[in-house]
Amino acid sequence: MTRLSLRLGLAACLSLAASVASAQGTLRIGMTASDIPLTTGQTDNGGEGQRFLGYTVYDALINWDLSSATKPSELSPGLATSWAVDASDKTKWTFKIRDGVKFHDGSDFTAEAAVWNLDKLLKNGSPQYDPRQSAQGRSRIPAVASYRALDRATLEITTKSPDATLPYQIAWIMMSSPAQWEKVGKSWDAFAKTPSGTGPWKLTLFAPRERAEMVPNAAYWDKARVPKLDKLVLVPLPEANARVAALRSGQVDWIEAPAPDAVASLKGAGFSIVTNVYPHNWTWHLSRVEGSPWNDVRVRKAANLAIDREGMKELLSGLMIPAEGFFPTGHQWFGHPTFKLAYDPAAAKKLLAEAGYGPNKPLTTKVLISASGSGQMQPLPMNEFVQQNLADVGIRIEFEVVEWNTLINIWRAGAKDPSARGATAINFTYFIQDPFTGLIRHLQCNLAPPNGTNWGYYCDPAMDKLFDEARNAFDPSEQTKVLQKIHEKYVDDALFLMVTHDVNPRALSPKVKGFVQAQNWFQDFSPITMAK
Amino acid sequence: MLSFTLKRLVYVTPVALGVSIVCFLLVHLAPGDPLSAILPVDATQQMIDEMRAIYGFDKPLPVQYALWLWRVLHGDLGTSIATGRPVADEVGRAVVNSLILAVVATLIGFTLGTFFGFVAGYFRNSILDRVASAVSVFGVSVPHYWLGMVMVIVFSATLGWLPPTGAGPDGSGNWRPDLEHLRYMVLPALTLSVIPMGVIARTVRALVGDILSQDFVGALRAKGLSDAGVFRHVVKNAAPTALAIMGLQLGYLLGGSILVETVFAWPGTGFLLNAAIFQRDLPLLQGSILVLAMFFVALNLVVDVVQTALDPRIERT
Repeated sequence: MTRLSLRLGLAACLSLAASVASAQGTLRIGMTASDIPLTTGQTDNGGEGQRFLGYTVYDALINWDLSSATKPSELSPGLATSWAVDASDKTKWTFKIRDGVKFHDGSDFTAEAAVWNLDKLLKNGSPQYDPRQSAQGRSRIPAVASYRALDRATLEITTKSPDATLPYQIAWIMMSSPAQWEKVGKSWDAFAKTPSGTGPWKLTLFAPRERAEMVPNAAYWDKARVPKLDKLVLVPLPEANARVAALRSGQVDWIEAPAPDAVASLKGAGFSIVTNVYPHNWTWHLSRVEGSPWNDVRVRKAANLAIDREGMKELLSGLMIPAEGFFPTGHQWFGHPTFKLAYDPAAAKKLLAEAGYGPNKPLTTKVLISASGSGQMQPLPMNEFVQQNLADVGIRIEFEVVEWNTLINIWRAGAKDPSARGATAINFTYFIQDPFTGLIRHLQCNLAPPNGTNWGYYCDPAMDKLFDEARNAFDPSEQTKVLQKIHEKYVDDALFLMVTHDVNPRALSPKVKGFVQAQNWFQDFSPITMAK
Repeated sequence: MLSFTLKRLVYVTPVALGVSIVCFLLVHLAPGDPLSAILPVDATQQMIDEMRAIYGFDKPLPVQYALWLWRVLHGDLGTSIATGRPVADEVGRAVVNSLILAVVATLIGFTLGTFFGFVAGYFRNSILDRVASAVSVFGVSVPHYWLGMVMVIVFSATLGWLPPTGAGPDGSGNWRPDLEHLRYMVLPALTLSVIPMGVIARTVRALVGDILSQDFVGALRAKGLSDAGVFRHVVKNAAPTALAIMGLQLGYLLGGSILVETVFAWPGTGFLLNAAIFQRDLPLLQGSILVLAMFFVALNLVVDVVQTALDPRIERT
C-alpha cells in the first residue's frame, strides 16, 4: 500500500512537473467566420478556413514556410520531402513521401494514403468521394490528370500538359486519415467530429457554430513546429463589434480583422494591432470587350495616376498598403516595372486629353461594385473615394451596386454577359498567392468565361506566351524571372486599376507572445505562447 | 372547450400550408446562389452544374417544393448546404437556446411591463404615470441591437462584469442553469426584454385605465371592497389580454432576435438565420423559418385556448 502510494505520489509529481514545463497557456481566437470551418480536411470559408482548420490539423504534401514575417512565404517540404518533374516527360512528377509520419489516430501516412485523398476529391465513384471537400479542392488542382502510388514512399502525378505551377496547386490539398474514416463507419459526417490528420494540432472539441478546441500533436514530424501552447480555441464571431467586445472583456485573446474605426481605441487600451503585407489586392478588373474605354492604354494609365492612395490610407486608419503594382512591392514576383503608380492628376489629365477626352468630352462609364464581401475591405467608402479621384481628372463613374454573391456570379459570367449590365469594370479583390491565382487566371486568352475567370476577355498573344513560359519553367529561379516579366507587363500596360493591398489586421492581447505574422493568407500558431 | 380546441386545430392546417409555401418561395426569391457558400469563387461552370444537380436545384420550383414538403412531413428538414449537417439538428439546438433566452427575456419583460403598466394605469396623469410611460415608450422605441452594444461597452468592455458573447464558457452544449451560465445570459436577456416590457406596459396601462373607468369598479367600491380587493378584480380582468400579448411577444422574441443574437453571438435561431442568410443556405433558411413560423402558429393556438379558459366569453364569440 505504501509502495503504491509512493508510486502514485511520484507519478503525480512527475506529471505536475511535466505540465509546468509545457504549460504555455490557452490561446482563444475570435474568427470572422460564422461557423467552424469544415473539419474533414479540405476546408471551406476561404483563406480563413484553411488558416484555422487546414494547416493546423492537416498537412499537404507541400506546405508553406510561414516562419518569416519579413520575406514573402515560399513553398516548403511537407508530407513530401522532395518532388521533381521527369526530365524526359514534363507531365510526370514524382513525390517522395516523408518516412515515419503518422496520422493522429496512429496510422501511417503513405503514398497510398495520398492517392486515397486525391480520390476523395477527384474520383466521383470512389467510396471516400466527398462532394463537400471536392467542391473546395477540385478547382485547386486543375493541372492534375492522373496519379498513382509507385510504392509506399513514392507518388506519381501526371498533369494534363507540362505545368511547373503544380507544386503551388498541391499545397492546397490536405491529407485526411483513411484509417480514421474507416474506423468511424466510412462517414465524413462522423469524421468531422473526430477528424484525424498529420498536422501539429489535434482537434479535441467540435461544437458547430460555437467552438473548436485543439491540443498539440506532441508526435508531430516537424519537431520545430510542435505547438508550445496547451490549447488553441476557435470561436466564430462574425460581427465585428462583438469581436472587439470579446477581446476587450478578455473573453478571447486574439481577433481577426478588427474594424478600422476600433483600431485607435484598441491600441489605447493596450492591445497590439499586428499587420503585414500579404498576397492580396484590391483592384478594378477592367473589361477589354469591344467598346470598353479601357482598351486604350492611355485611359488605363490615366486612371491609375488619378488615385490618391495615401489619402485612401488615411481613410482606412492606415490599414492598407498603397499599390505600386498588382503584387505588393517586395514580393518575389514584383520585378522592375517602369510605370510608377504615382498620384499625378496633371499627368492623368494629359493622357486623357491625348486619348481624346476632356472637359467637353468627359469619359463616362459604369463599374460594378458590392456593398460588402470577403476580402473586399470597405468597398463603399473606398469606391466612392476612387470615384471622386477619377471625377477630378474627368472620368465619370456610375456605380452599379450589387450584393456580394451576385457580384461573384457576374464575375464568373464575364463582362459580355447581360448580368454585367454593360459595366466596363468590376471591383474584385484577389487572392494572389500562387502563379495561377495570382496572374494566369485573370488574363489567359482561353480562360475567358465560361472556361475560366478572365472576366474582361483580355487576350494578348505576348502575355499568353509568357504564361506558357511560366508553366514550362521547372527551375524555381527561372520561373521567378518569368513571373516577374509577367508582373512587369501587368503594371507597365496598366492592365488593372491597381489601388491597394490589405494588411490582414489582427488585434492581440498583450499576453500573446511569439506570433510571427507571415506574409501569407495562412499562419503558424506553433511558436505562440501566452504570458501569465 | 374541446370542440373549440379542435376547431382551432382545423383552422391551423391551411395556415401551416400557407406558411410552408411562403417560406419556400421567399428564400428562392432572394438574390444570390445557394451554392456560393460551398464553392470556391473560381469554381468552373461544370462543377457548379454538378453541385446544382446533387442538391436538386436543377429541378423546377414546384417539384423542389413538393419534394421538400414531402420530406418535411416525414420530419426531415434536409441538409444544410454550408455545413452538411442535418437542418433538424441545427434548428433543434438553436431553438432550445433561443427558447431559454426568449422565456427569460419575456418573463423579465412581463414582470417589469405589468409593474410599470399597473403603476401608470393606477396613478394616471401623475408623475409616476409619466415616468412609467416614459420607460415603456423607451422600451418600444429603442433599437435593441444598439442597446445591446451599449450594454456590452459598459458592462463587459469597460467594467468587465459580464461576458459579452456566447452562451457559456464551453458553448451551449453543456448549458446548465448555474451562476456561470446565467452570467452569459444577463446582457442578451435584458436587451431582449425591453421590447416586451414596453409593449406590455403600454397595453396594461391602457387596460387598467379602461377597467378602472368601468361601472363595476365603482360598484365594487360602493359595496365597501378594499383597494386590494378592487386591485384583484382589475388584475383578473386585465390578465387575458396581457397574457395574449406575452404569448405573442414570446413568439416575436423567438424569431425576431436576429440582431441581438448576432451582437451577443448567442447560438440561437437568430444567429443561425443570420448565418443562413449570408451563406444563402436555402435548406437551413427554409427549415429555420418553417420551424419558427410553426412555433408561432402553435403559440397562437395555445394563447387562444388559454385565453378562452380564462374568459369563457371568447368561446361564444
